[in-house]
Amino acid sequence: MSTTAPPKPEPAKVETAFSVIGKRNRKIEGRRKVTGAAVYTDDLAFPRMLHARILRSPHAHARIKSIDLTRALAHPGVVAGCTGKDMPVPYGIIPWTRDEYALGLDKVAYVGDAVACLAATDERTAAEALALIEVEYEVLPTVLTIEDALAHDDEPHQVNPFAKKGNVSKHVGLTFGDVDGALAASDVTIEETFEYAGSTHVPIEPHCAIGVPELNGVITVYSSTQVPHYLHRELARVLEMPADRIRVIQPTVGGGFGGKSEPFDLEFCVAWLARATGRPVKLLYTREEVFYAHRGRHPMRLTYKAGVSKDGALTGVKSKIHIDGGAYSSFGLVTTYYSGQLLTAPYRFPTYEFDSTRVFTNKPCCGPKRGHGSVQPRFAFECLLDMLAEKVGMDPIEIRRKNFIGDNTRTVNELRVTSNGFLECLSIVERASGWKERFRKLPFGKGLGVAGSMYISGTNYPIYPNDMPQSAVQIRVDRSGRVTVFCGASDIGQGSDSLLAYVVAEELGVELEAIRVVAADTDLTPVDMGAYSSRVTFMVGNAAIDAVKKLKKPIQQAVAEHWDVPAHSVWLAGGKVGTWDDPEKSMSPAEAFVLAESKFGTLGSVGSYNTPKDVHGTYRGGTIGASPAYSFTAHIAEVDVDVETGMVDVKKIWLAHDCGRAINPTLVEGQMDGSAYMGFAEAIMEEQAFKPTGLHDGPSLLDYKIPTSMDCPAFESHIVESVDAEGPYGAKEAGEGPLHPSVPAIANAIHDAIGVRMTQLPFTPAKVLKALREKRTAGRAWKGVV
Amino acid sequence: MKQVLQLIVNGEPQSCAVEPERTLLEALRYDLGLTGSKQGCDKGDCGACTVLVDGEPTLACITLALSVDGQRVTTVEGLARGPELHPVQDTFDQYGAAQCGFCTPGMLVSAWACLEQNPSATVDDLKLALSGNLCRCTGYTKIFEACLKAGERLKTEREKAGAR
Repeated sequence: MSTTAPPKPEPAKVETAFSVIGKRNRKIEGRRKVTGAAVYTDDLAFPRMLHARILRSPHAHARIKSIDLTRALAHPGVVAGCTGKDMPVPYGIIPWTRDEYALGLDKVAYVGDAVACLAATDERTAAEALALIEVEYEVLPTVLTIEDALAHDDEPHQVNPFAKKGNVSKHVGLTFGDVDGALAASDVTIEETFEYAGSTHVPIEPHCAIGVPELNGVITVYSSTQVPHYLHRELARVLEMPADRIRVIQPTVGGGFGGKSEPFDLEFCVAWLARATGRPVKLLYTREEVFYAHRGRHPMRLTYKAGVSKDGALTGVKSKIHIDGGAYSSFGLVTTYYSGQLLTAPYRFPTYEFDSTRVFTNKPCCGPKRGHGSVQPRFAFECLLDMLAEKVGMDPIEIRRKNFIGDNTRTVNELRVTSNGFLECLSIVERASGWKERFRKLPFGKGLGVAGSMYISGTNYPIYPNDMPQSAVQIRVDRSGRVTVFCGASDIGQGSDSLLAYVVAEELGVELEAIRVVAADTDLTPVDMGAYSSRVTFMVGNAAIDAVKKLKKPIQQAVAEHWDVPAHSVWLAGGKVGTWDDPEKSMSPAEAFVLAESKFGTLGSVGSYNTPKDVHGTYRGGTIGASPAYSFTAHIAEVDVDVETGMVDVKKIWLAHDCGRAINPTLVEGQMDGSAYMGFAEAIMEEQAFKPTGLHDGPSLLDYKIPTSMDCPAFESHIVESVDAEGPYGAKEAGEGPLHPSVPAIANAIHDAIGVRMTQLPFTPAKVLKALREKRTAGRAWKGVV
Repeated sequence: MKQVLQLIVNGEPQSCAVEPERTLLEALRYDLGLTGSKQGCDKGDCGACTVLVDGEPTLACITLALSVDGQRVTTVEGLARGPELHPVQDTFDQYGAAQCGFCTPGMLVSAWACLEQNPSATVDDLKLALSGNLCRCTGYTKIFEACLKAGERLKTEREKAGAR
């Protein structure tokens, strides 16, 4: 018996025909980030700039009877202020659930909800003057749990007046096949309830926005957003201004993870105050405010029942899910669908049913955190699958192989799956972790656990219905040889700008250094939907390829005429232009651009990408969860559980992820490591918790603990390339999928280590000790220890 | 009332007038225009504001500017050797240790201090040295990798310098 895993082998060198794709290139903005030269929103300053702060509700639920700014506005240094009445148009990222105001209009719905905003000559003055705002509240009864929300749905208890009924934010129930019949006919069924705790994104950069008044009544908003386009739309709506008078610019963003993927109060406030004062206005959240802005992982209670035949083949899966949404909708409509729709691969479900209800509660609003809506059900189901394997006497990896759905197929809920490298993922982590030699054979307290998952590479439909492209890229080249790429895509650290440069350099055959990327500026760049739902590589990459293909034709034609060779024989690659007809002939891209510019005039092109629309079911809701391609992941976690203290020490996570093709393996590994880290953090230590009054348990990084360098396990990331037929060079997503299996792999490893099933997150020492006590009481043996 | 603050910042004498409650981070970012150091929490929890004060990693957001009057301060902007990056800056870039880059200035300062003192620092040494710098993007994997590679380069540099 070996107690250690084999060392990671050197990656195999794969020769490709690419000059840029698949290479470990640096990020185009990397040098700025390591020298302190990268400019984030709070690094910007403008002449005569004011600083704003927001007054927040001390009550979890209250009617606002009156707000008086008189004393605050008289405070020396205070220049202007605004309240909900100044922006009475509701907004919301999903057009069907616009249920928030920039500042509370007639009520507040959680501790920290925005009430009023002041702009002053400096930040400290603005903060001091908040205390002079007089607000009269009528305190209302609070609803803090799913049970409360469902039990009390009369008017004073109604958290969100936009709800159609009581405190129900959204209900979705979908059935695919005769699941009850299938479960009744199964050899083995198991039912179990799981509780997934809420957690928040914690980007190290707090949200920041600056409103700047420009000529002709234009307002520019600089914001640390990951969705400049949607922000642009909602600013126009709430400020009641034509969209062409608003410009949104996204400077460098210090992390998002979904926490900056919708508009927030600060962006509306700085725009309004800039318009009202004629001066630039900056607002930087305190760390405490970031916890209130939230939009993080939804707490969910999930009851699953699943059946298998004796050979381990799944027969049916049925779930009932309750989702704690907090005070507003955010992306909640989508979350509710995702909680059911995204579970149907990589395993084949012959029958399936889910029934999900999202409720409103008097807490900060939940939303899309990395792996939106599907991390919680994935945890529950992968644990259940482990239990089923145990019951039918199968190896947990074998039961996963047995139920593999395959590639180029449809799921039970009619999602079209194209490439699928899940089996290879499983084999890689099985081998790397020494699974066969070590699973169920490690000493008591030590264990291994496996889990798998799938995730979308963007959504087939944008957030608001329209027939326009989901991504667009514009390219301009000129006689200098420089290639400028314009795109609305949003780099939040994942490498979106670099992706654009890599794809254009490869496709146009120029050197990476010749590329300039202009991104995320609504005045300059064609619309892209933004950095969410793991859509950027797939959609932006394809749009860029489309743009280059159009641009390349006149260049090839001009060179061909110059050399008197056929146009199709002219190639551009690796910073050179040549022809297959004559190996002696060669010129630089700049020379080729001069020829083309002379012949055709100024050179430029636009390209775009839109999703295929026939890849999902026609039932109501069938479009939600549909993606042009899905990524697949497998994890194996190794844990060491101290049965005296209940501490779970996650030693290592081996993960393999099918990203289609790694446009840049270093960046893909970075996304994989970071995803596995975030899943580990949710499994072991993080919880967005509240006191019975609705007060946040500790809105600081001292109280809300995220892993330090001392806490993290080792992450060993292995890339699997299934080369998707529709992805750019075969690429799919890498930023969110690899998070999902972390949590269930750790839970399953804890079971291997000490024989208890952890069903409630996070797996704190108290919960582990409680589970151990219950097991001792039940007298079940595990690895010879009672 | 404002008082004059004098510092040697990245080797250059600098001065400005600050209120007694001005933090070193505010003075650097807003008075001296050195926006490389970041504010992530403003209460000493995240480490994004880490700078060197007389060579020691220090949290600039909980250090009053006037309390370090007259001392030498090194920020991320001062780590490079003229136009050349310090090895740890270069390896952070090369090995993908900076994703969003917001923790990077503080992380680099802590890594620089650790590696300059001990280029042979192991992963365990680095874990300790970087434990006050929170990163939310990388899981620290590529940060350790970059630091180890930088340590190797520093050792090679010193061996070459020693041989001369």
